[in-house]
Amino acid sequence: MVKTESGRLQEHPIVDFKRGGEVTIYFNGQPIKAYEGETVAAALYAAGVRVFSRSFRWHRPRGFFCAIGKCSACMMEVDGIPNVRTCKVYVRDGMQVRTQSGLPDAEKDVFSILDDVIDKVFPHGSHYSKFTTSKRAREFMVKRMRKFTGFGNPPRAVFQGKAELEETETDVLVVGGGPGGMSAAINAGKYGAKVLLVDENAFLGGQLVKQTHRFFGSAKERAGTRGIRIAGILEEELNSIENVEVRKETRVFGIYNGEAGAYQRLDDENGKLLKIRAKKIVVATGAYERTLIFENNDLPGVYGAGGVQTLMNVYGIKPGDMGLIVGSGNVGLILTYQLMQAGVNVAAIVEAMPRIGGYFVHAAKVRRLGVPIYVRHTILKAKGRKSVEGAVIAKLDDKWQPIPGTEKEIKCDFICVAVGLSPTHELLYQAGCEMKFVPELGGIVPLRSRFNETSVKGLYVAGDVAGIEEATAAIMEGRVAGIHAAVTLGYGGEEAKKELEEAVKEIEEFRAGPFGERIVNGLKKCTLESEVVS
Amino acid sequence: MSLGYLERGYLEKDELPPFPSKERLKKKAVAYIECPQPIPCSPCFESCPANAIEMKNINDPPKVDYEKCTGCMKCIRVCPGLAIFMLRLRDDGMGEVTLQYEFLPWLKKGDRVKLYNRKGEEIGEGVVNWVLPPERNDNTSLVRVEVPAELIFEVRAVRPVGVKA
Ligand SMILES: Cc1cc2nc3c(=O)[nH]c(=O)nc-3n(C[C@H](O)[C@H](O)[C@H](O)COP(=O)(O)OP(=O)(O)OC[C@H]3O[C@@H](n4cnc5c(N)ncnc54)[C@H](O)[C@@H]3O)c2cc1C
Ligand code: SF4
Ligand code: SF4
Ligand code: FES
Repeated sequence: MVKTESGRLQEHPIVDFKRGGEVTIYFNGQPIKAYEGETVAAALYAAGVRVFSRSFRWHRPRGFFCAIGKCSACMMEVDGIPNVRTCKVYVRDGMQVRTQSGLPDAEKDVFSILDDVIDKVFPHGSHYSKFTTSKRAREFMVKRMRKFTGFGNPPRAVFQGKAELEETETDVLVVGGGPGGMSAAINAGKYGAKVLLVDENAFLGGQLVKQTHRFFGSAKERAGTRGIRIAGILEEELNSIENVEVRKETRVFGIYNGEAGAYQRLDDENGKLLKIRAKKIVVATGAYERTLIFENNDLPGVYGAGGVQTLMNVYGIKPGDMGLIVGSGNVGLILTYQLMQAGVNVAAIVEAMPRIGGYFVHAAKVRRLGVPIYVRHTILKAKGRKSVEGAVIAKLDDKWQPIPGTEKEIKCDFICVAVGLSPTHELLYQAGCEMKFVPELGGIVPLRSRFNETSVKGLYVAGDVAGIEEATAAIMEGRVAGIHAAVTLGYGGEEAKKELEEAVKEIEEFRAGPFGERIVNGLKKCTLESEVVS
Repeated sequence: MSLGYLERGYLEKDELPPFPSKERLKKKAVAYIECPQPIPCSPCFESCPANAIEMKNINDPPKVDYEKCTGCMKCIRVCPGLAIFMLRLRDDGMGEVTLQYEFLPWLKKGDRVKLYNRKGEEIGEGVVNWVLPPERNDNTSLVRVEVPAELIFEVRAVRPVGVKA
């Protein structure tokens, strides 16, 4: 039994939640208690807020989904500035937060009636055929429609901050401070290259910071150690190398022929516009969560598995009382175990494939605690009006079609979608990398050499952005990319070249098992002929 | 590779690794590893000081040489899969199962616990007779429970009595 208070876990078997001082924020004018270090979204969730916004067109309620700034479902007006992703801003005493696109607010939105009547009077797609007879009628309607779609009101406040331009030079720029990026920075830095590592978050570790479980892999990659601790160990190593500079809260927005543009937030009023000239760039921006199509999949209470992990393991906030997990990959299985550790029940795990997708040992952990795993099943719909009150699942036939009569109702107050991730590849596109859709690697990925250099010379990738795998692989890829970058800049000599070969071999061995087979097949489709390091 | 256990999430009798002999189980505790699938994981192998775990490469499932295993418990401390169980048969006809435990409330010596099998079915009650406290092993406590001898190959989870499932 885990003690909770005002939606927050007061104890946890693994994590010791350190909350900052108590502050008050105002949500649509109402005071809400929060703690320093919490994001606005986390504090609102703890206070019981489930409807974060209303959908673009039909004003359907929306909750948070990803909790890491990648889906935009949590956008609100913060201190007069519209369209702020509330899962990425931290609370401050006196902060004014308002929902947008809802009248009077997102919770009670009168336009939500649209969602009930719209299909009857204005079926989907009919805006192409209705009101087209007269130009005036059409213009009138377009105006009306624009009014209640669109995000928020024009800013009521003007951003007063100052941002000075800073130009800086480095041998290697690493974008992203997850395991992939940190490993790249460490390995380039240890051979003497000047490294700058930037991450948009106020902390390093990327996805690791929510992984309270012990990791797989080999002891060299810190298997048997908890993900949260690995983040700390890597950061310490990073800090011990003098020629590595770390800048947090620094977001890279573009890469232009070996120069990167970034914005570094210093405090509420001050920032820096960075122009970074780098001889080599390693992009390690990670991934974002995918969703799944089913009826009501946008209902608050349908969350990304990683989003729930963030809420629960980083901020210590209870996502609900009874969860349903969709997807039995490692993420879904691990999340199930973590929910139970936080005192949250899990009704079931459903999996469309005829077998469990993740490691058997992860499944066995939750199975022996009584969580049913339904393979060859899918979720048909989420039930509830403003938030999830249940779900309907059904068995699938050989053609992946739900079998009538096998529907089963599941009682739950939230649903976690754990159906995989897709690479965060925008920067690579923008930088001109040749990209390719490789389903085995999770989506659109860059072509790369066996040293992880893309088709843009001097631009490397490491970790999930290169293909969805896991942290151990991200660390190994970071090592390869980091050393190669250093070696080709003339650092490290023979020793570095030798380590590079070893690093490549190690990752090949890591991928030699059945779980690596998929990755290896994927890589075959996107590996460039690589030059030999001389 | 049979998919059975991957459909169910638990091992059936015929999928279990070979049992250590009665004599071995009586001598002292022995590591019994239920990790049949090739996954890239090797901390058990790397932690074993007695070379009792065989693993040809990182993807090879571990195999324990019960004669070499000294029962030192290094492997069960670190296994991320919670797949290792220390088993023992006592002379008084009772058995002991040691498992990893990561839930609140933490268990203490003398606590009564409900016993669960691999499917999560309740199969009886037992008593905790030793723990490695969580703070001594990065919050993975080791809990040894006294169970009827015939249950040492069945008991795979415990919960404190009085805490609802
Ligand atoms: C539930 C779950 C369980 C997992 N379990 C395991 C496990 O047992 N073992 C294992 O090995 N792996 C595991 N993983 C996978 C592992 O966490 C990821 O594969 C790994 O974190 C990927 O590392 P990365 O460095 O590529 O990306 P991330 O960790 O996602 O880091 C990317 C970083 O880049 C930053 N960033 C993105 N864009 C920008 C930008 N434009 N400017 C600046 N910074 C930017 C982000 O803020 C982030 O910090 C698990 C993942 C999940 C979700
Ligand atoms: S208990 Fe000790 S000797 Fe036996 S397998 Fe585990 S680590 Fe090796
Ligand atoms: S450490 Fe545990 S999960 Fe990993 S291979 Fe050994 S027994 Fe299996
Ligand atoms: S962007 Fe905030 S929840 Fe996804």
